[in-house]
Amino acid sequence: MQDFEYVAPTTLAEAIRLMNGNGLRTKALAGGTDVLVQMRGRRFAIDRLVDVKNIPELNELSCTESDGLTVGAAVPCCNIYEDVIIQRLYPGLVDAASLIGGIQIQSRATIGGNLCNSAPSGDTIPALMVQDATCEIAGPNGRRTVPVVLFCTGPGQNVLQRGEILVALRLAAPKANYGSHFLRFIPRNEMDIAVVNVGASVLLDHAKRRIVSAKIALGSVAPTPVLARKAMDFLAGKEATEATIEEAAEAAKSAARPIDDMRGTIKHRVHLVGVLTKRALQGAILRARGEE
Amino acid sequence: MGERVHVRTNINGDAADFLCEPRQSLLEALRDILGLTGTKEGCNDGNCGACTVIMDGRILDSCCVLAVEAEGKTITTIEGIAPLDGLHPIQQAFLEEAALQCGICTPGFIVAAKALLDREPDADEARIRHWLAGNLCRCTGYDKIVRAVLKAGEMMKQGPAIGQRAGVLGGKAGGTEAGKSVEDVYMA
Repeated sequence: MQDFEYVAPTTLAEAIRLMNGNGLRTKALAGGTDVLVQMRGRRFAIDRLVDVKNIPELNELSCTESDGLTVGAAVPCCNIYEDVIIQRLYPGLVDAASLIGGIQIQSRATIGGNLCNSAPSGDTIPALMVQDATCEIAGPNGRRTVPVVLFCTGPGQNVLQRGEILVALRLAAPKANYGSHFLRFIPRNEMDIAVVNVGASVLLDHAKRRIVSAKIALGSVAPTPVLARKAMDFLAGKEATEATIEEAAEAAKSAARPIDDMRGTIKHRVHLVGVLTKRALQGAILRARGEE
Repeated sequence: MGERVHVRTNINGDAADFLCEPRQSLLEALRDILGLTGTKEGCNDGNCGACTVIMDGRILDSCCVLAVEAEGKTITTIEGIAPLDGLHPIQQAFLEEAALQCGICTPGFIVAAKALLDREPDADEARIRHWLAGNLCRCTGYDKIVRAVLKAGEMMKQGPAIGQRAGVLGGKAGGTEAGKSVEDVYMA
């Protein structure tokens, strides 16, 4: 690996100053499971690596029924999926956090890092998108909030400007009769990059029969994870029946603009969008009804 | 060469200080600086688990951690698994079940399995297979490894005498044996 300067600031202000770095090429280090591998593979060159794991705000993990969820950008996946309150309130996010890599990777890898890596296949990104997660960003010009839906701008690219750091992700308190689910297709049982992944969330009416609103996000089928807006619009106000879900799954395919590559063909991926959307919606509806 | 950094850790029960470059992984520090060559390099990109160690109670791939990130951490490597007077039940079970052939993946499997059985002594086959998904083996086909871990779980439950070490730990950190260079260790 190339030489670089390693710094581990303990305050956000210091981290921003070090990231801004007077013309130095800088990069933030959280779990390192993408950054270190990419540096070794010479994907980019840097002068300074800023380890953000010693900054208190980035280690915050708080979850309550009234205030919702705050996940600091340096919190590893294992701390998220082992939290019993998060398991109950945000099962769709737990689905995603518990299938990234193996146990070794989950000890280090962070949701914040997954988002900042901005891979089209990033497993937590669709799960965050369907739950209206927002990004808390801090930089030389102060703080700003960006919806996760707008964070990724291309493969490996995002809205972070020079000197900016992702501090935390915030998810609103879940409403009653709300459920979320996340699924990924890979040819193995574990440890692979998504051929397609799909997140879904639904809000049901009081009788738990009609869909008030739904969100569907697709990964690995476009330059960034995308919302399947046509399918979402179709579902609003409909009865949660098998026929409705089938039709939404079909509509979701139109949001997919995949490429052929070593992991799958365009045809296979579009087909998988239909299958996974259907199953993710079914899973989200079961959870909204409290049946799972 | 980058400026070297002083890192203070505890490895296998002993204080272990070392100097490293920021670009060196924990795996490189263990093997090349501390002479703890039991931890193996496989893929060097977080896929194979051959370099698995326990850091502050969590298993991780030491190739995907910088040595400088280990500052203040407590680490267990394969050298710290066996008691002074024999084998850990997981090691014994690996032998009895012939759960290794070439052996390169074995330290990683044993360290990962220990972390599982310490947390979940009753882990069943499905749980073991899931837990070990981050460890690759190209020889055994996994069945023998899974059988060995199941057996080790039983052994550990039966006798605290086997498997429970009493404070003193094996594998010495902090350098190679007196008079030996790292190269000697590699050649041995």
